[in-house]
Amino acid sequence: MLKIRIIPCLDVDAGRVVKGVNFVDLVDAGDPVEQARVYDQAGADELCFLDITASSDNRDTIYDVVNHTAEQCFMPLTVGGGVRKIEDIRKLLLAGADKVAINTAAVKNPDFVGEAAEKFGSQCIVVSVDAKSTGPDAYEIFTHGGREATGIEAIGWSQRMAELGAGEILLTSMDRDGTQKGFNIGLTRAVADALTVPVIASGGVGTLDHLVEGVTEGHASAVLAASIFHFGTYTIAEAKAYMKAAGAAVRDNPAGT
Amino acid sequence: MTVAIIDYGSGNLRSAAKAFERAIAEAGLGLDVIVTGNAGDLDGATHIVLPGVGAFADCRRGLGALDGMEDVLTAQVIGAGKPFLGICVGMQLMGDIGREHVDTPGFGWVPGEVVALTPTDASLKIPHMGWNELNIEATSHPLFEGLGGGAHVYFVHSYGLVPTDPSQVLASVDYGGPVVAVAGRDNLVGTQFHPEKSQAVGLRLITNFLKWRP
Repeated sequence: MLKIRIIPCLDVDAGRVVKGVNFVDLVDAGDPVEQARVYDQAGADELCFLDITASSDNRDTIYDVVNHTAEQCFMPLTVGGGVRKIEDIRKLLLAGADKVAINTAAVKNPDFVGEAAEKFGSQCIVVSVDAKSTGPDAYEIFTHGGREATGIEAIGWSQRMAELGAGEILLTSMDRDGTQKGFNIGLTRAVADALTVPVIASGGVGTLDHLVEGVTEGHASAVLAASIFHFGTYTIAEAKAYMKAAGAAVRDNPAGT
Repeated sequence: MTVAIIDYGSGNLRSAAKAFERAIAEAGLGLDVIVTGNAGDLDGATHIVLPGVGAFADCRRGLGALDGMEDVLTAQVIGAGKPFLGICVGMQLMGDIGREHVDTPGFGWVPGEVVALTPTDASLKIPHMGWNELNIEATSHPLFEGLGGGAHVYFVHSYGLVPTDPSQVLASVDYGGPVVAVAGRDNLVGTQFHPEKSQAVGLRLITNFLKWRP
C-alpha cells in the first residue's frame, strides 16, 4: 500500500541553510547539500528546499544547491520560493528538482499554474497554500511568506488550483507555523477532504503525535516538518517508528532488501 | 559500452543520468552514460533508456519530433534486441494505445492499454503519489535480484499500462486494487515508478538492469 510521506524542509538563504540540522558530525552545518545527504541517509521520503533569498542577485545560488543535491540524493526534491516564471521552473527542473512549489505567482496569475502544469506535467507542480484562520471554519490565504493578505478563501482556492493542474497542495497553517502546537487539523481536513489530489500538511509540528494527527485526523497524504528535525529533537527513524506504532503506514526499511 | 538516455524534451533527464552514473560507479560497471536526442547515437549504445513525464500524447509527439528516432529505436530494441528500460510514461509508451486525453498509439511492444487509475476506494488520491511496496511477480527476473519483499519505490502517475498478457506483469503494487509497477518481456522492461528517485532500491534496480544480459 501507499505510505504516508515524511518530508523534512530546509530554509535556504543565498545558498546557505538558515536553520541547520543540529548534528555534530556535519563538516559544514550551513551547507544544504550536506544536510540533504543526512536526510537522504536517514530515510526521509522526500526533501523540500524553501528558498527564502530576498535579493535577486543571490537567487541563482539555489540552482547550484539543487544541482549538487541531485548528484548525491536519489529521492524526490521539491523547491519553493521565488518561482515566478516558466523559465524559473525550467531552470529548477534542469538543475535536478522534481517538483516546484508556487505560491505568490499563483495568486497574482492563477493561469500560471495551468500553463506550468501543461508544460511540465501536473506531477511537478505543487501549489503552496499559506492559510490563516479568520473565524470559525474560515481561512484566508496569504502571500509573500505570510505577510500579505489576499482576501481569498483557502478551501475554494485549493480546489481551483487542483482543477488548474496542481498535482499536490502544500498546505501551511500560518497560525500554527513556528508554534510547535501541532497542525491546524480543521484546516488540513477541510482541504484534504475537498480535493482529489494529495495534500501535504505543514506548520506547527512540535511532537511526534502531531505528525500522527495530521494523517489520522487531518487526512493528509504527507507531513512536512522543519524544527523537530533541524534541532535533532527527533530523527526521521524515530518519527517513522512512532507513526507506525500509531497505525499510520510508513516506509521504515529504505534499503528494501 | 554506453547507456543512451533518450532526450526528447520530457522529464528530468539530469536526475536519471546522475542516478545511472552513481549506479555504474558503485557497481564498478565501467559504462558511459549519454543523454541524447540524436537517433544515430543509439547504434553504438549497449543499453537504451526512455524516460518520460507528463502526458502520453505529448511524450509520443516529442519523441516523434526527433528525426529518425522512432525507427532507430525500434531497430535497436526490437531488431537488435538491446536491453531497454522505459520509465514512467517511457514505460507506458511500450503499450498499444494511450487513453489519456486523446487516444494515441504506443509502440505496441507490450500489448495492452494505458488507462486512468480507478482505485476501488474512492478516498484514494489521484495522482498515485509516493512510496508504495512492490509485489514482485517475476521473482526470478534478474531485474529484482537482491530485492526482497518490502522493497518500496516512488510513484507519481494517474494512468497506468495494463498488459493484455498477465505474464508480462513483472511486479505490481496495491492502490485500491493492483496497479502494474513493472511490465516487460524478453529484452524489454518498463517501470511505472521512478528508479532514479527511489534511493537504494532504485539504484539497485538500475544496476540490475545494466548487468542484465537478456
